[in-house]
Amino acid sequence: METPLIEFRNVTKRFDEKTVLDRANLSIYENQITTVIGKSGTGKSVLLKHIIGLLQPDEGSIVFRGIPVNEMKRGEWEKCRGQISYMFQNNALFDSLSVFENVALPLRQTTNLRKKEIIRKVLARIEQMELSDVARKYPSELSGGMQKRVAMARALVTDPAIVLFDEPTTGQDPIRKNIILSMIAHYRKKFGFTAVLISHDIPDVFFISDRILLLWEGNIAFHGTYDELTRLKHPMIDEFLRSLEGLQDELTGLLSKEMFRSRYLLTLGLGMGRATGTAILFNIQFDILAEVLGPQSPIEVVKALGEYVNTYFGPSGGFSARHGRGMILTVLPHITPEEAEASLQEFARELQEKALPAIQAHTRGSGAAKECFDIIVTAGMTEPGSDDDIDQIIEKAGKNQKIIARYKCNKEGGST
Amino acid sequence: MQNNFVRVFVQDIGRKTLGIINNLGAASIFFSLAFVRIFRPKQVREIIQQIYYIGAKSSTIVGLVGLFTGMVLGLQLYYTLTKFGSEGVLGSVVALSLIRELGPVLTAIMITARAGSAMTAEIGILRISEQIDALYTMRIDSLRFLISPRIAAAIISFPLLTALFDLIGILGGYITGVVLLGVNKGAYFYRIHSYVEFVDIKVGFVKALVFSVLVSTICCYQGYFTHLRKDSYGSKSVSISTTSAVVLSCIMILVADYIVTSFFV
Repeated sequence: METPLIEFRNVTKRFDEKTVLDRANLSIYENQITTVIGKSGTGKSVLLKHIIGLLQPDEGSIVFRGIPVNEMKRGEWEKCRGQISYMFQNNALFDSLSVFENVALPLRQTTNLRKKEIIRKVLARIEQMELSDVARKYPSELSGGMQKRVAMARALVTDPAIVLFDEPTTGQDPIRKNIILSMIAHYRKKFGFTAVLISHDIPDVFFISDRILLLWEGNIAFHGTYDELTRLKHPMIDEFLRSLEGLQDELTGLLSKEMFRSRYLLTLGLGMGRATGTAILFNIQFDILAEVLGPQSPIEVVKALGEYVNTYFGPSGGFSARHGRGMILTVLPHITPEEAEASLQEFARELQEKALPAIQAHTRGSGAAKECFDIIVTAGMTEPGSDDDIDQIIEKAGKNQKIIARYKCNKEGGST
Repeated sequence: MQNNFVRVFVQDIGRKTLGIINNLGAASIFFSLAFVRIFRPKQVREIIQQIYYIGAKSSTIVGLVGLFTGMVLGLQLYYTLTKFGSEGVLGSVVALSLIRELGPVLTAIMITARAGSAMTAEIGILRISEQIDALYTMRIDSLRFLISPRIAAAIISFPLLTALFDLIGILGGYITGVVLLGVNKGAYFYRIHSYVEFVDIKVGFVKALVFSVLVSTICCYQGYFTHLRKDSYGSKSVSISTTSAVVLSCIMILVADYIVTSFFV
């Protein structure tokens, strides 16, 4: 079995009389995104601070690549620590330094890079975070969301192997939240770092996470994948997810997954006898859209498709939710597959005629599309059986996927 | 009942004494660790910046206080010396008072009020807003980055500002003694030249150095460990640390002044 990168073995941490971590055991694996979820005040940040050594456990040990940290020599630990970067919940930016100086600080103070090289690296990170216009400003002159991005630029500027993100998306608007999460996923793929993430942004954070840890009353109540989490029928987890998720998906305005599940159970689900209906699974394939137009583009496309789906199928009683980064499941109660097919064709026509040209206008406007990319929207229909749960519907509809709309640019910026 | 009261009283004194000894030890270690880090790489720029804040920006206020101190000394001493018919020695008395005593002490107190309090508040805010923790996560030694440049800048700035204070103070004594009250100009400077010896200047210089170490260590220490205060939290703890730093620095300046003077008398 793979050796975990970081392990907590029976870690206990107390602050005065309060026990925050109570014999907590967990494993974090290399090149994975691990998300820690849990109610506020349950010790998520405390857990993260133990990893980087800002806090030491009262009992138990933290193991780094198989070696307990408390048995390491100072030099060994410093070497391990050098691979880790930390993004604070409250950003912890130096308010007397400009944005540029804040991002440059770790390079200036801990490396022997030449001035030109430092400037190049810092400017590249600042540009990636869309902070070029505010590089000379001070943190107090920026909005909370911008400060967050400065903190993220600072955490990533040293190209760390492990990045600990303490609520990186708090205070951001839905689009920006998704951009940040997409960036984490994108950089993980590009640079191969390991990320440990604290976030409450459900469901988006789950879409990029390889593993999820649920911290509950000082201990790890669940660790596993998102699918395992949703399949696990446990009242505590259900209650927790519901408390975080809310009623609506912030990005698209569609239903949250929990609300979608409840509504499905009420209309077509188990025990509803011979109720009829049709489910349509929409899928977006982005090709190299993010590389060409930046990480915000796929998110804008998902948002646009969500709004289209809502506007088109909502009035006829349909309800939808995102079940993946570019995957939307729509259920049309009391509509036969034949009627649904006709609606889908009309929807596809509108999508091709109105939504995709809007993307074309965006790419021409931005002047950034130097390479061509495809955006393909596929859809698959199925008739939910009386015993089918949502996962089974997704599986069945996933098998019938066919292209309903396609955007393909040419070098002159046109589309087919 | 009475035994119990005595026991509590003795316990209280013991606890406070141990606390003071503990803090003195911690502050000494804090200073030693910060001092050796002055000589690490990447420090020159930071030290120059701190000299600007602690030294250059304090020069106006130090000069102003020096001028009026010299003028008041000139006035008071002229009044006293005329009773003995010795107003001719005014220059030497003003100069000796300033160089040996008032110059180092008042300069140190002025810098404590202006720059020392700012040091504590700034470092305290860095502490409570997790910026010092952020330095740790970036593998930047916070003692080297924050404390050493301030201590180095204080060690460089205090003697220079004390010299400035002394010079302007002597000029102030000249204004009241010579310009306003008619003491002979030549006698004023001749007496200074005759009576002020190198040992007097050395006393002032040693005092300035001792005060610089005390003030910078106390102010940085109070700010750096703001989060460990038991009597308050957050911004309140920064304000209390700042007040404590200024009060403690002033007391320690006067205590150290007596001790250093006793070595040179």
